[in-house]
Amino acid sequence: MDDIILQILNGLDKGSAYALIALGLTLIFGTLGVVNFAHGALFLIGAFCSVSVSRLLSISFEMVDETQLDFLGNPLKVETPYVHAWFGPEMGASLIDWAVPIAILFAIPVMILVGFVMERGLIKHFYHRPHADQILVTFGLAIVIGEIVKANFGANPIPTPAPAAFAGAMDFGVMLGFEPNAIIYPIWRLVYFLFSMVIIAAVFVFLQFTTFGMVVRAGMADRETVGLLGIDIDKRFTFMFGLAAAVAGLAGVMYTPILSPNYNIGMDFLVLSFVVVVVGGMGSLPGAVLAGFMLGILQSFASMNEVKSILPGIDQIIIYLVAIIILLTRPRGLMGRKGVMEE
Amino acid sequence: MLGMNGKDTTLFIVVCLMVLLAPILLNPFPTGSAFAQFNAGYPALLQRFVIFGILVIGFNILFGLTGYLSFGHAAFLGVGSFAAVWMFKLLSYNIVPAIVLSVIVAGLFSVVIGYVSLRRSGIYFSILTLAFAQMMYSIAYSDLVGKVIGTPITNGETGLQVYNDDPQILLGDGPKTPHLFGLEMNSSFTWDVGGWSFVFQNGYYLAGILMIASFYLAIRIFRSPFGLILRSIKSNQNRLNYTGISTRPYMLTAFVISGMYAGLAGGLLAAMDPLTGAERMFWTASGEIVIMSILGGVGTLIGPILGAGVIKYMENIVSTINDNVVHGWVAFMPDGLENFFVAIIHPFIGKGWHLTLGLVFMAVVIFLPGGLVELGQRIGAKFRRKKAPESAATSAEKGTV
Amino acid sequence: MSNSNFSRRGVLKTGAIASAGLAVPTYLRADGHTGFTNAPADGGPVKFGFNVPQTGPYAEEGLDELRAQELAVEHLNGIGDGGLLNTFSEKNLDGTGILGHKVEFVTGDTQTKSDVARASAQSMIQKDGCIMINGGSSSGVAVAVQGLCQDAGVIFMAGLTHSNDTTGKDKKANGFRHFFNGYMSGAALGPVLEAEYGNERNAYHLTADYTWGWTQQESIQASTEALGWTTNQNVLTPVGAGDFSSYIAPVLNSGADTLILNHYGGDMVNSLTQAVQFGLKDKQVNGKDFTIIVPLYSELMAAGAGSNIQGVFGSMNWNWQLQDEGTKAFVKSFGEKFGFPPSGAAHTCYVQTLLYADAVTRAGTFNPCGVAEALEDFDFDGMGNGPTTYRGADHQCFKDVLVMKGTDNPTNQFDTLEIVEVTPRAQVEYEPDHPMFAGGDLGECNPGA
Repeated sequence: MDDIILQILNGLDKGSAYALIALGLTLIFGTLGVVNFAHGALFLIGAFCSVSVSRLLSISFEMVDETQLDFLGNPLKVETPYVHAWFGPEMGASLIDWAVPIAILFAIPVMILVGFVMERGLIKHFYHRPHADQILVTFGLAIVIGEIVKANFGANPIPTPAPAAFAGAMDFGVMLGFEPNAIIYPIWRLVYFLFSMVIIAAVFVFLQFTTFGMVVRAGMADRETVGLLGIDIDKRFTFMFGLAAAVAGLAGVMYTPILSPNYNIGMDFLVLSFVVVVVGGMGSLPGAVLAGFMLGILQSFASMNEVKSILPGIDQIIIYLVAIIILLTRPRGLMGRKGVMEE
Repeated sequence: MLGMNGKDTTLFIVVCLMVLLAPILLNPFPTGSAFAQFNAGYPALLQRFVIFGILVIGFNILFGLTGYLSFGHAAFLGVGSFAAVWMFKLLSYNIVPAIVLSVIVAGLFSVVIGYVSLRRSGIYFSILTLAFAQMMYSIAYSDLVGKVIGTPITNGETGLQVYNDDPQILLGDGPKTPHLFGLEMNSSFTWDVGGWSFVFQNGYYLAGILMIASFYLAIRIFRSPFGLILRSIKSNQNRLNYTGISTRPYMLTAFVISGMYAGLAGGLLAAMDPLTGAERMFWTASGEIVIMSILGGVGTLIGPILGAGVIKYMENIVSTINDNVVHGWVAFMPDGLENFFVAIIHPFIGKGWHLTLGLVFMAVVIFLPGGLVELGQRIGAKFRRKKAPESAATSAEKGTV
Repeated sequence: MSNSNFSRRGVLKTGAIASAGLAVPTYLRADGHTGFTNAPADGGPVKFGFNVPQTGPYAEEGLDELRAQELAVEHLNGIGDGGLLNTFSEKNLDGTGILGHKVEFVTGDTQTKSDVARASAQSMIQKDGCIMINGGSSSGVAVAVQGLCQDAGVIFMAGLTHSNDTTGKDKKANGFRHFFNGYMSGAALGPVLEAEYGNERNAYHLTADYTWGWTQQESIQASTEALGWTTNQNVLTPVGAGDFSSYIAPVLNSGADTLILNHYGGDMVNSLTQAVQFGLKDKQVNGKDFTIIVPLYSELMAAGAGSNIQGVFGSMNWNWQLQDEGTKAFVKSFGEKFGFPPSGAAHTCYVQTLLYADAVTRAGTFNPCGVAEALEDFDFDGMGNGPTTYRGADHQCFKDVLVMKGTDNPTNQFDTLEIVEVTPRAQVEYEPDHPMFAGGDLGECNPGA
């Protein structure tokens, strides 16, 4: 029983990552109709916002310490971060420790700006071009962004730990009335789950209960009519692109303690996020979220030893198998709208 | 000629000449000169040009004509290669059974996958093909079939290759390298002339002739009534359905044909180099096929082949240019300028070749909406305008080339 | 330049066909007089092909290999301080190139994909005329390129490849491996683990689901079970899974008290980081402290895993912190040129390049068969690993293996791992027909042409 609960918990937290990435993608891809292969790159930029903040906070000055030697036998250069000097060692250390949460504040404006620039500078010109052209240009952009990150940060994964307060695991089972030590779960993953729930809820509330959101939804359904009503839908779509970029970026920032980021992390998530969006159904935000959680939980269950002993390797193909079954039984995915990207 | 109209005949003849003379045309710089780095006329790369050419010609029959974007086409290439290597392992190094079986196996896989995937259209179709391909990749990479049976089938990430203790029941005294009834694929003939050294290899010419045949078949399909129906599926499938034409059999035929083209390419890859691995089936490989087609010009006959050539050229040539090589080119400059030049060019070569690739993709799609073919047309139009201004290339022409 | 990947019969046949077909004046350049592929011209340079991953997950490791290879070429040509040439037990190389030929090199990107690596190696052999291929960061790629070099008739000096198969079931007469392998890791780790953790452990394996993972897991399981440990589970995980949490979550309730991660590169960084997040390192099971072991370490992974690596045991082929003269000379050369210590992969590629050059000098020819003969059962010292032998039966190097541990209190950014024990060579040796290596066939050396 505790094994099952553990895997449900794990599925929810995998699913929240999938849902968050798919949410951003479906805003662009499912609603604006742009096949955005650079969406993974947005996740990547978010993840490296986190790395950058931790690097910025640890910018150091060097002092030569004659008492210690470096690996070549020369006097060791000791590096002290400026924040230690400015705020005192304790405050400085805790600032560096909290780099990931601080990066959230940093990432929101950066990601919105990135989204604006991308939409105004590039994507805007491709709304009326064939999907093939959109694929090529966004794929090219994704490669370029990845290479720029590689040039600056190298190709190795970069450790970006969570704050010490959230490191390690907690006994989740005791809260549900289980024996102690039955269900141990990492704190940061629970934080990630809660965080993504907040973001998802915020996006839904925004689209559902504000006038701005209402207009955007109307524009998704029928862009021309909304335009005829004298509403500048383009501007709002630009804003939506910024919002989608911010959601993808935040998903990246918060994911760094779980997965040490490298320049390829965006491509790793790209295909998966397309599958999630399509399984959820084109043009449906709730569909994307639902599909994210569903695939996450199914993947967790498929990874259980009991399942793998019956069906070896099922954990490697489950997502694609489920995608095929759903797309064959439900023509437009779980909650897709008719006519979106069906041609 | 051969049932083709005048324009197609010209194109076909140009392609034939290009393929036959490629070992010379792609070796413009004398061996040993500073720019010899740019030469692409060596057998291993030439083979890849024509084999990937076959692959994208086939892909173009599906995507270019019907607009159905298969995102799992590399899977057929992969099964073709596995089938061919198994023939080498079981029978002998003769490539005929290997290539025949690779086409058949890829055809069978594409019947099944096509039958299922074509129940959906648009993005749903793309994701279905992607899902099938990714499943096949995972199964091959971890050799799940082999684990169930108990003997390696795909041999996991190491890849399938021929060992000395394989059965090879027909081997006898035959060559221990892939051959066509004794004509060894990797044997070649070198022609040294002036500072140049041109290599003509059996394997390349076999693949090249098969590419010419594939290209001819593709022209005939493009111009046939069947091709016309496929085009009309792209422009308006509903109307076709309303007029009482069931599009599914046509779609499936196109899908299977393009799958068999991929199988042929896979078999040829194995025939040139008898080893294959699961990574040939990964989604990035499928994506590369899509990108090749778009880069060259979707729906044009020659475009995808150009796209394949450009990408393979970048992968094999730009990635091998290192700082030393650049220093060699600009050795005539004063030192300061030379270092400056090397520093400027450094991010784009060697380990940075991906950056160049990404920039080329973006530049092509922004400035040449019709792909590389459009570049050719514009240049052609410029020349023609000088002679006869009224015959400038038009978009109508773009539709037919 | 001469492409000579052909048999005499093939040459004549194609020659005839081509002359008939093209009817152009030709002369046949059979290269028969040299007798092997890509023989360097008299007094001309000789070319090495450095085939390493420059893009993809192992790009940093590949670039470090490239640095070391460039350094080796400099030393062979008499530039710089000579590095390991000064400490190498053989003194045939004097900084004037090899047999009077200046050494040049070309580089290529394997992308850590077998197909691409073979294409790149083919280009080096066919286009650039390379006589030897060196480098790489994956066993799959090493096996693939080794097979190609065998067929083409050039020598392959493998880079980082740790699978038993490279010199086991996939061994080739033209291929040589300096790096250690999964069996050696197991044999070296065994006694240290026994001393540290006793004889009653229950181990849970997470294994990357491909050939390297399988062979390493098999080796480690065998050596730990020989200590009296029991194996709880062996769970295969997809390569590049990213999130391993669903495989790690059941570990705590399984009754196991030791987690063995048969992962490498990014997979290992992620699985270790996530295992630590699950609090495994702080737990007590069966009255013992829970332990994590990573059988194969590299500097790349140690840096990527950050503080999670502290106290975790693993093994390495070589580490820059060794104190012998060879290591010190190499670290000095490399460190002064590039500003940081070399990785184990860099060391292997550097040493392989020098060993090849030395073998050529001793053989007096670049002919792969002569070189192979010179390398087979060759004993040498002063390369940082202590007395070493290149065994003729399987072309595997036998030398000491390092058992490492993640440093508990790192003092600088390079201080990630510390040497626990230098396991003597006798302890990691095995017979060529050991079951884990059986089934292969070295075949005949192939000089090409």
